Amino acid sequence: MTERTIRVLVAKPGLDGHDRGAKVIARALRDAGMEVVYTGIRQTPEMIAEAALQEDVDVVGMSILSGAHMALFPKIMELLGEYGMDDVLVVAGGIIPDEDVPTLNALGIQGIFGPGTPTDRIVEFIREHAR
Amino acid sequence: MIEDLVEGVLAGRRRAIARTISLVENDGPEAQGTLAALHPHTGRAHIVGVTGPPGSGKSTLVNALALHFRKAKTSLLLPESDVADTPPRIGIIAVDPTSPFSGGAILGDRIRMRDLAGDRGIFIRSMASRGNLGGLAWATADAVKVLDAAGFDLVIVETVGAGQAEVDIARTAHTTVVVEVPGLGDDVQAIKAGILEIADVFAVNKADLEGADHAVMALRMMLDLDKDGAQRTMHHGRLMEVVARTGRGADATSGSPERSLAPPGAGQASAVTGWHPPIHKTVATRREGIVELADAILAHREYLQQSGRLVWRERERAAAELETIIQHESLRRVLARIDGAQLRELVERVVQREVDPYTASQQLLTSLGLQGRKGQTPAPE
Repeated sequence: MTERTIRVLVAKPGLDGHDRGAKVIARALRDAGMEVVYTGIRQTPEMIAEAALQEDVDVVGMSILSGAHMALFPKIMELLGEYGMDDVLVVAGGIIPDEDVPTLNALGIQGIFGPGTPTDRIVEFIREHAR
Repeated sequence: MIEDLVEGVLAGRRRAIARTISLVENDGPEAQGTLAALHPHTGRAHIVGVTGPPGSGKSTLVNALALHFRKAKTSLLLPESDVADTPPRIGIIAVDPTSPFSGGAILGDRIRMRDLAGDRGIFIRSMASRGNLGGLAWATADAVKVLDAAGFDLVIVETVGAGQAEVDIARTAHTTVVVEVPGLGDDVQAIKAGILEIADVFAVNKADLEGADHAVMALRMMLDLDKDGAQRTMHHGRLMEVVARTGRGADATSGSPERSLAPPGAGQASAVTGWHPPIHKTVATRREGIVELADAILAHREYLQQSGRLVWRERERAAAELETIIQHESLRRVLARIDGAQLRELVERVVQREVDPYTASQQLLTSLGLQGRKGQTPAPE
């Protein structure tokens, strides 16, 4: 075990209860040799940031379909910063309109993957960008 | 960097705790130094292990227990404490299996512990077993130490879903809770060796399902076979010795660490005051039976203290730990000294049936100047 294992938090912020996508991603990351902490649906920003802190993850991946990302993501990024976790790679997926992408990128959310993204691309992105 | 981390852990800072656990988990170069600096500050927490088959409700039980203990008075948990109204701080380590194929893992125990989110007195860490087979990760015991040094009063360790033989937890925990569920097997399952033997407390979870009373009865019968608590408690000592002995592989008659370190007469002392593992029915999702289960854990802690077995167990733990580290470290050193070409040649000869693997390893080790067991025939050339 010379290579360090990448730890990823897969989180579902907000109120939508559809986590098929999150589970597919979690499974793909597992098969890519990563350790995936999955926390289940309906997570508040506080729960996500706290879990990221305690689990000392390298990556936070958020899946959201409810449209509340512009309200929830800034709060999560703020809390992560507050906890000193600025070096964590944050990626997001789900239903996120193109016009929101620049704003989210500016917040520090580096990868945004819409529906139909091959999981290989996400794995590759994480391998390249994780701290 | 070590100094900052150690200082942070001792101050109970969550970021430092989390990073230090990662450090020991990845066995980085600074891990040993950090653990060495933390060691003097450990030994205060009560360590509770929760083990049982996959899907028996371990995570849900841990969630319910932690909620309960956070409401309980500290004085129950720490008789010596004078701050009776402060709830105990609880650290939780939840281990899930690593995929043998990809090396990855899905750590899902937090899903069942969402009630604990937002409570700053609770710290949850998920761990992948990373190839270790005994129900824990190699670094779990060290992660427990980090939480202990950080001032958590209670550390709950949830094992990988365990079948019959994953008994490492008994070497890490002070109190081992074995979770069973109705309908898993007949009475013979209950008298088989292994996981049931390490229980200090039994929880028959999902007790609202049919067959709960039968499961309780099967466990009770198994315990009654032991008749008196003396056997039962002796059992623990013996089990740990057996585990240590099979792993030793050295001369069985030479002085072993656990033998020289275990206080003389510890067995006899325990025979006077035995511990009968209680069986409690629980429905963790509805938080039924949790108070009784929690009380049983506290009663066991009390018993360990009163009977002097806490000291004895600490010594056993230290002996087992030392031995494991020596095993690990000597294996690493020996492997580093073995010549790759020589090894490959030996493997080939074993495959060709020119030599058997025992003789081959004897040759290899003797060539490194390591003597074999007494009475072992020297490797024929």
